[in-house]
Amino acid sequence: MSWRRFLRRRWWDDERAREIAAYLENETADNIARGMPPAEAAAAARRKFGNPGLVREEIYRMNTIGWLESTWQDLRYGARALRLSPGFAAVAIVSLALGIGANTAIFQLLDAVRLRSLPVQNPQELAEVKIAGGNHGMGMNQQYGELTRPIWQLIHDKQQAFSGTFAWSVNRRYVGQGSEMRNFRGLWVSGDFFRVLGVRPWRGRLLLPDDAGACPVTHAVASYSYWQSQMAGHEPGPGTKLVVNNDLVEIVGVTPPEFFGMSVGDNFDIALPLCQPNEELRRDIFEVSVMGRLKPRSSLARASAEMETLSPGIFEATVSPGRDTKWSETYKHFRLAAYPAAQGVSWLRESYDSSLWLLLGITGLVLLIACANLANLMLARASARERELAVRLALGASRARLVRQLLAESALLAAAGTALGVALAHSLSGVLVWAISTEGSSVNLNTDMDWRVLLFAAGVAILTCAAFGVLPALRSSQTQPAAAMKAGGRGTTAGRERFSLQRLMVVTQISVSLVLLVAALLFVRSFRNLMTFDPGMRENGITTAFLGYWQSNLPPQRWAEFQRELLDEVRATPGVLDAATTTNTPLTGGSWGHGVRVGQVEGNSKFTWVSPAYFNTMGISVVRGRGFNQNDTAASTRVAVVNQTFARKLLGGADPIGQTLRTGQEPNYPSTVYEIVGVIPDTQYDDLRGETPPMTFAPATQFPAQGPWTVMMIHSNAPSAAISATVKRGLAAGHPGVIMEFGDFQKQIRGQLTPERLMAMLSGFFGLLAAVLAMVGLYGVISFLVARRRNEIGIRLALGAERGQVVAMVMREAGRLLLIGVLTGAALSLLAGRGARSLLFGLKPYDPLTLGAAALLLAIIAAAASFLPARRASKLDPMAALRDE
Amino acid sequence: MGKKPTQTDILQGTLDMLILQILAPGAAHGHAIAHAIERRSEEVLLVEHGSLYPALHRLEDRGWIASFWGTSENNRKARYYRLTATGRRQLSAEMSRWERVVRAVNQVLRPAER
Repeated sequence: MSWRRFLRRRWWDDERAREIAAYLENETADNIARGMPPAEAAAAARRKFGNPGLVREEIYRMNTIGWLESTWQDLRYGARALRLSPGFAAVAIVSLALGIGANTAIFQLLDAVRLRSLPVQNPQELAEVKIAGGNHGMGMNQQYGELTRPIWQLIHDKQQAFSGTFAWSVNRRYVGQGSEMRNFRGLWVSGDFFRVLGVRPWRGRLLLPDDAGACPVTHAVASYSYWQSQMAGHEPGPGTKLVVNNDLVEIVGVTPPEFFGMSVGDNFDIALPLCQPNEELRRDIFEVSVMGRLKPRSSLARASAEMETLSPGIFEATVSPGRDTKWSETYKHFRLAAYPAAQGVSWLRESYDSSLWLLLGITGLVLLIACANLANLMLARASARERELAVRLALGASRARLVRQLLAESALLAAAGTALGVALAHSLSGVLVWAISTEGSSVNLNTDMDWRVLLFAAGVAILTCAAFGVLPALRSSQTQPAAAMKAGGRGTTAGRERFSLQRLMVVTQISVSLVLLVAALLFVRSFRNLMTFDPGMRENGITTAFLGYWQSNLPPQRWAEFQRELLDEVRATPGVLDAATTTNTPLTGGSWGHGVRVGQVEGNSKFTWVSPAYFNTMGISVVRGRGFNQNDTAASTRVAVVNQTFARKLLGGADPIGQTLRTGQEPNYPSTVYEIVGVIPDTQYDDLRGETPPMTFAPATQFPAQGPWTVMMIHSNAPSAAISATVKRGLAAGHPGVIMEFGDFQKQIRGQLTPERLMAMLSGFFGLLAAVLAMVGLYGVISFLVARRRNEIGIRLALGAERGQVVAMVMREAGRLLLIGVLTGAALSLLAGRGARSLLFGLKPYDPLTLGAAALLLAIIAAAASFLPARRASKLDPMAALRDE
Repeated sequence: MGKKPTQTDILQGTLDMLILQILAPGAAHGHAIAHAIERRSEEVLLVEHGSLYPALHRLEDRGWIASFWGTSENNRKARYYRLTATGRRQLSAEMSRWERVVRAVNQVLRPAER
């Protein structure tokens, strides 16, 4: 096979044609010279030469590459055939584009969240050091925080396996002053962070080990997007300063546009050095993620082994003081290990992993239905072309060649559908990213095409082409030329066997669309359950307010008092029905707990310190004893209100009133004895899902760890935005230094339901799409069957069959297909339901009501789809039908 | 791609050698080559002159001969072929091989002469 020859085959053909012409001229001239008359001379020359066409063909065959030439021919022929039926081509390409586009979009998201490596140098060399099995929620845990800073120091000093290590953490802080203050997404990094990652500055310089000295920080770098949007692309350097957390910080550089930090899906605004505070570092705050770059000849296993060896020393040296012995013992037995970190970390993985895989499955099934439709269309087309194929077979075309020809058509459709689908996928994945972004947290994902996405799209294209092309092509090549030509393309009755393939396709479509409808109904109902679920407290009409007053220069002993003043002002604001402070916002992910001892029972309880009006504000009734009041002060007896789960689990059902509980000792939280004075009913704690944990409430006045900030829950009948504005205006006038952020409590809760909303939306959409596709498929097949049985129906009508009987006959046919489809679909749904169990709320995957509703919906659709062709059949004029024969 | 054996296939090696042999003294065009073969082989080998051209194409493709457009003796345009260096080597190799074969066949056919 020579490409050079192949590419010049036409040139050579011309050349040889001229040469042959030259031969003929020469020979003719010679003949004339020998005395022949010119006409005879030319004829003799041609006789001598033989057939020029055959000679040229032989030479052409030597030059060409057989399969390529014939494939090209097939493709051209296929394109011509498709151009002749543009309607069919358009339907096929659009439905394929939708199916492939949806699949590719979901895969793009999966790729971005799960498979893509960080945009840094040699990401595959990165590893994260974590506690094997996690820290069991010990101490305080920040997002992505796996280790404490003292542990990080020791790893940094002792490790040998990595060529460099770094620590990082993320946290929102405030930039600017007074009313100009905004919160920003901070990325705190150790000195070596940018060097080890190999990130090059976009402008200026990035942070160096020298920047990470004693607090407060003086240098920082901005992310590209922050630099563009908030700093107007101002050149970094000594003149460019921001007030970050009250400190004047110089922006020394800008990171490149593609660098978003270490957590996929997030972006950061400003990166600051992890500085060394004046006081000793806390040993119980798990706030940093520690990563390293493996040495060229090291491996993950070797790094893990080294970490394992270092572990006893490290944990022995960093055990937190002021904790009980059990805590310390557990802590000392922790072991470090290294894990791959090329893909960074991401909260999206936990939230969306199963949803995305499930969605990929759903879109795959939708594509399958679309393929079945196309296969049916192809079959119908093929039987319309039966005579053409028969003639070609009779003329000596091989069956393999016919199959190739028909496959070429499918390949063209698949290729066009894929091209359109990939283009579509790009916008679709953009919409998906937008759909998983919530008010508070925008999701930043790189969904550009990469080789994985392209490979995926190509794979899907080949599979679809095979799925809808191969069977019809094989089937049509089985045509018996003699029979096909004799039958004249119109049998008197439809052969059972002939259409079994089409029936099979329709049954598949019905069963798969039933599965998708069931899934859609399950997710929609599950989402509805969550939306209407009563968490045991008021969520509508509640506005949350975060108030920070660390800029007001108040001494710490005034903080609690100032908080009460602020609360009184808020409660006096017109439109505010009630308001209370709390140390923890419920239902939005926040959690705070302590170990407790009640009598002989040891356990854990969630702890929240609230102002007296809290239960009233949140619509929680006190069922036994009392709530808090003005008499519960910092000086009075420590009192607590517990929930019913607390009473059941820690008190064994005994009357809680008058009992005491003792908290375990923790830094800033001395061991304290509380007297239980009231009981509230169970409410959800940090999440709408999940079991209610034992909960303890205590008066805000007795909170041992008061900081210069507070969270208020404000109850009002006015819209959240309006009451926020009123409260903000009121407070800002009297207290210019107070930072205020407001939120709509219900929206915040619903923000947590984004994955469920996404599932409900998409599965609902795909379920309906599947039903529509199945309807089109059934309609097509029934119409086709009716057309095929035209003569038979005509004879029946002529013999006196009632029109109703004809309708019933056709509908029976459709009904049989529907029944088989629904039965297999139901069985499949039950199987598939297991995979969705963990994603459902308040529903079992084998919910008979859902299954029944889906089957009913499908039955209605099927009846509608088959009634039209059935009616058409019954309206047949028997004379016309018979005359056609 | 199954090709049916044809006369040219059977005699292909021989035809190739003949063409090379004819071109050995100097360049010639297709028409002249055809007539030369016809003369030399006493009209046994070449049934139709057209079958020469695929052979020429093949030889040129292998680089044994090269071609150019020229003007024939009676002032007509014609494609001329000449032997290349590799073609010349190929010719002598084929000739000696041919002679070996002929000798061997002769020995089989007329063992008495030994």
